[in-house]
Amino acid sequence: MNDWIKIGRLSDIPRLGARTVETAQGQVAVFRTQDDEVFALFNRCPHKGGPLSEGIVSGRVVVCPLHNWTIDLVTGEATAPDEGCTRPVVVKLVDGDIFLELAVSKKVAHG
Amino acid sequence: MNAIPRQKLVVIGNGMAGMRTVEELLKLAPARFDITVFGAEPHPNYNRIMLSSVLAGEKQVDDIIINTLDWYRDNGITLHTGNPVMSMDPAAKTVTAASGLVVPYDRLLLATGSKPLMPPLPGLDLPGVVAFRDIADVEKMLDAADKKQRAVVIGGGLLGLEAAWGLRRRGMPTAVVHLMDTLMERQLDVEAGHLLQKDLTERGLHFFMGGQTEEVVGTSRAEGLKLTDGRTVPADLVVVAIGIRPNVDLAKSAGLDVNRGIVVGDDMKTSDDAVYSVGECVEHRGQVFGLVAPLWEQAKVCAASLAGDPDAIYVTPALSTRLKITGIDVFSAGQLAAQDEADEELIYRDSAKGIYKKLVLRDSKVVGAVMYGDVADGAWYFQLIREKADVAEMRDRMIFGQAYADVSCKGKGGVDVAAMSDDAQVCGCNGVSKGAIVKAITEKGLTSLDEVKAHTKASASCGQCASVVQAILAHTTGEVVEAKAAGMCGCTDLSHDAVRHEIIAQKLKTMDAVRGALGWHNHDGCAKCRPALNYYLLCAWPAEYVDDGQSRFINERVHANIQKDGTYSVIPRMWGGLTTPSELRAIADVADKFKIPTVKVTGGQRIDLLGVKKEQLPEVWADLNKAGLVSGHGYAKGLRTVKTCVGSEWCRFGTQDSTGLGVKLEKLMWGSWTPHKVKLAVSGCPRNCAEASIKDIGIICVEAGYDILVGGNGGIELRGTDYLTRVATEDEVLEYSGAIMQIYREEARYLERTAPWVERVGMDYVKKRILDDESGRKAAYARFLHSQKYAQIDPWAERVAGVDAHQFKTLAEVE
Repeated sequence: MNDWIKIGRLSDIPRLGARTVETAQGQVAVFRTQDDEVFALFNRCPHKGGPLSEGIVSGRVVVCPLHNWTIDLVTGEATAPDEGCTRPVVVKLVDGDIFLELAVSKKVAHG
Repeated sequence: MNAIPRQKLVVIGNGMAGMRTVEELLKLAPARFDITVFGAEPHPNYNRIMLSSVLAGEKQVDDIIINTLDWYRDNGITLHTGNPVMSMDPAAKTVTAASGLVVPYDRLLLATGSKPLMPPLPGLDLPGVVAFRDIADVEKMLDAADKKQRAVVIGGGLLGLEAAWGLRRRGMPTAVVHLMDTLMERQLDVEAGHLLQKDLTERGLHFFMGGQTEEVVGTSRAEGLKLTDGRTVPADLVVVAIGIRPNVDLAKSAGLDVNRGIVVGDDMKTSDDAVYSVGECVEHRGQVFGLVAPLWEQAKVCAASLAGDPDAIYVTPALSTRLKITGIDVFSAGQLAAQDEADEELIYRDSAKGIYKKLVLRDSKVVGAVMYGDVADGAWYFQLIREKADVAEMRDRMIFGQAYADVSCKGKGGVDVAAMSDDAQVCGCNGVSKGAIVKAITEKGLTSLDEVKAHTKASASCGQCASVVQAILAHTTGEVVEAKAAGMCGCTDLSHDAVRHEIIAQKLKTMDAVRGALGWHNHDGCAKCRPALNYYLLCAWPAEYVDDGQSRFINERVHANIQKDGTYSVIPRMWGGLTTPSELRAIADVADKFKIPTVKVTGGQRIDLLGVKKEQLPEVWADLNKAGLVSGHGYAKGLRTVKTCVGSEWCRFGTQDSTGLGVKLEKLMWGSWTPHKVKLAVSGCPRNCAEASIKDIGIICVEAGYDILVGGNGGIELRGTDYLTRVATEDEVLEYSGAIMQIYREEARYLERTAPWVERVGMDYVKKRILDDESGRKAAYARFLHSQKYAQIDPWAERVAGVDAHQFKTLAEVE
C-alpha cells in the first residue's frame, strides 16, 4: 500500500494560487490557501469544464475563471445555488512535501 | 464535540431585543449555551410595538406574542416569567431574582429595556394615571374604556398619538396635551404636523398644543389635568406617554459603566467582559434607542459576539418612522428640513387631497423625507437615503414617486417590464429570460438583486441588465426591494468610493492595511474585493505598491486571454494599427511553429493568435519579442488599442496625421492599468472612419485642430461619445487625453467603463476638471506620466526572462 505520491513542495505553489499535476485520470489542480492549507481537485469546473487552477482563490473556495462559479476546495462542490461537483483528491502535507492519494480518488470514482 | 461543556447564558429581560438576540444566537451556535431567561412581566415575549394595535382593538394579546412557551421549551430555554432579577454580582457571576432564586452565569445579557419617562408632577401617583409601556398598562386603559370614561394623553409624539387614537377607537372622548406647537416634531416638519393634527381633530381627538402640565388634579383618583397656562382638561384616565428612558438600575447597582444607558462597545459588550447588553437599555457611542430597527441589528451583532466572532461590529442603521394609526399615513426619515443654504427642499402639496411630500437634498443626494397622506414611495426614498444615491438625473421627477422617476430615467432603452413577454431574454450573457427570473423570484422568495443574480445568473456577467432585473424584481414582488449593493462586497459595508478615499486619507499601502484599517469582516478579502483593492492601491501608490498577481483575474495574471477550452489568445501590439512585413513574418512564423489553430484580425486593428497552450506562452512571446513585438494588453483592464485611419498622409480627405497621432497616444498610454478596459481612436476627418465616436476617448481631426470626445463605447449598451472640446495642437491632445485618463483612473469605480462613469458624474463635471481647471488638468497629466514610469514595462519580456515561471509549468506528472 503506497498510494501516496509526492508531487512537489508547498513552496512550489504561490499562496492563494494553484499548480497543476498531470495524472492518468486527468489534470489535478493543487491549491494553496492563505493559511497554507493544501487542497486538490480535478481541474474541471462542473459547469463548463473551466480550469479551476486559473481561478482566484480566497478562503477555502476558488472562483472559476470562465463563468465565476464558486467551487468549495474541500468538497469540490459548487456553492449554492449552482449545482455540481468536481472530484476532490486526497492530499497531505508532510514537512512541506505535498502528497496526493490518487488510488483513493479512483475508488471514489468507481464507487 | 459533546465533551465540551455548555456555558451558562443568563438573559435578564424577556423582551424583543433580548429574545431576538437569543434567536440569532441559536442560529449561530445552537449548542454553545444553556440559556436561562428572566422576565418581569408574566407573559412570554411579545411585540411591544403592536400594543397600540391591541389598544385600538385591531389585535388581541395572543396575536402579538412572538415566542410562545413552546418555543422556549423546544429550544431548551429555562424561562422565569413574572420574576424580575433584583441584583447581579459580577464578581461571583450570579444573578438573584425576586423569588430569591440565585443563578450563576458565564455570560450575562442585560436586555432590561426602558421605563416610561415620568415627569415630576403632583398627583402622578393617583389611581387612574398610567403609562403606555406594557400589557398591564393596556389592560388598565381598556378597563377605563369599558366604563366610557374620558381620557387625556400627555405627549403628542409617536407613542402618545397611538395611545390617544387607540382610546378614541374604544369610544372614549380623548384629549392630547403636547408641550410643542407641532405634533411628532421629532419626526415631522411643521407642515406635516399640522396636517396630522387636522386629520386627527376630524377623527375626534382634542388637542391642547403648547400645553405644559402643572399637575394631575383629583382627590382619591385622577380627575383631570391643570396646565401651567391655566387651562384645565377633565379626565378620568391620564396616560403619560412623553418618552422613555433606559432601564439601567440593575447595571448601575452592579457598578457597570452607565451614562444615559448602559454603555456598550461596538461588540455590544458592557464594561464587564462577561456582560453584554442590547436594546433600549443601552447607550452606544453616546446614542440611546427607541425604534426597533437598530435593536434587530444590535441583536445580530450581540449574538455573533456571544458566539465568539471577534469581528462583529454594531453600526447604527439609518432610521425611518411610520405612525400606526389606521387610515393615517405618515412617513419620515433622516433630516426634516434644510439646515443651511447648501440644502434644498423639494415639496409637493395637494391640499385638497391632504397629500404632502418633502425631500431634503444635499449635494444631489436625498438626506431626508417627510411624507403625509401618500407614503407609497417612503421605502424608495429611504433606500435612496441609505444608499446615498446620486439623484441629480431624476431630481425634477422624483417627488412624484419612483414609478414616474423610473419611467423617465430608464432612457437607456426604456424597458417596461410589465409589458415584457415571459420568453423575452433579459440577460444576453447568460441567456436568462424574464420568465425564468420571475419564476425564481416567486418560487424561491428572492428579495434582492444579489439573490436573483445568484439563482438565475441574470446580470451576473457584464451587469448591463441589472437595472432591468431590479425592475422585474420590484414588479414581481410588488414592492421596493432592498438593494444590497451599497458595499464593495460581502467583506465590507463601505462603498468603492469610501474605500478609495480612506486609502489616500489614511495612506493605506497594502491590501492587509486596507482590510485591517477599514474593518473588513473577512480579513483575507474575497474574489470580488481583492482585484478592486489591488487596482486602487496600484493607482494610488504607483511607485510603491507591489502588484498582487493572485488578486488578479487569470488574464491579467498571465498576460493572455483565456478561452473557453482553457487555451489562450495572444495579441501583439500594433501601434496605431501600423505593422511591417517583418512583424507579419514573425507572426506567421510563430503561428506555424506552434501550430496555432486560428489567426484573426481583431476589431482593434491588430492580429490575434488563438488557441495557444499556457505552457507555450513564454516561447511564443520570446519569438514575438525578437521581432520587436510586445504585449498588446488585449486581456487587460487597461489601455487596449488606439485605432486610426490613414489620415492626411494618404487620404484625400485627411486633415491631420491621424495615424501618427494615434501612435503617439498609444506610446503615451500603453501599459496603464485602468478601472476597466480603455479604447481610443483617431479619425483624420469628420467622416470618422476610425469610429472615434464610440471610443472611451476619441479624437476627430478637423482643419482647425482636433476635437476631443469622451465616454463612448460599442458593446452591449451602445453609447456615443460626448464632445469635450477642440484643441489646436497634438501636444494638447496628449495632455488633455492623459488628464482624462488619470481622472478616470483615480475616480471611476473598479469595473466601471468611461461611458457609465461619464453618465454618473456628468459631462459638466468632466469639463470642469479638464477645461475650467487648467492647473488641475496639468497636474492630472503629470500624475499620469509619473504613474506610467512604473507601468510601461513589457510584461511578456519580463516573463520570457523568468518572472512567474511557475505559472507556465506543470508541477508534476504522475502515473
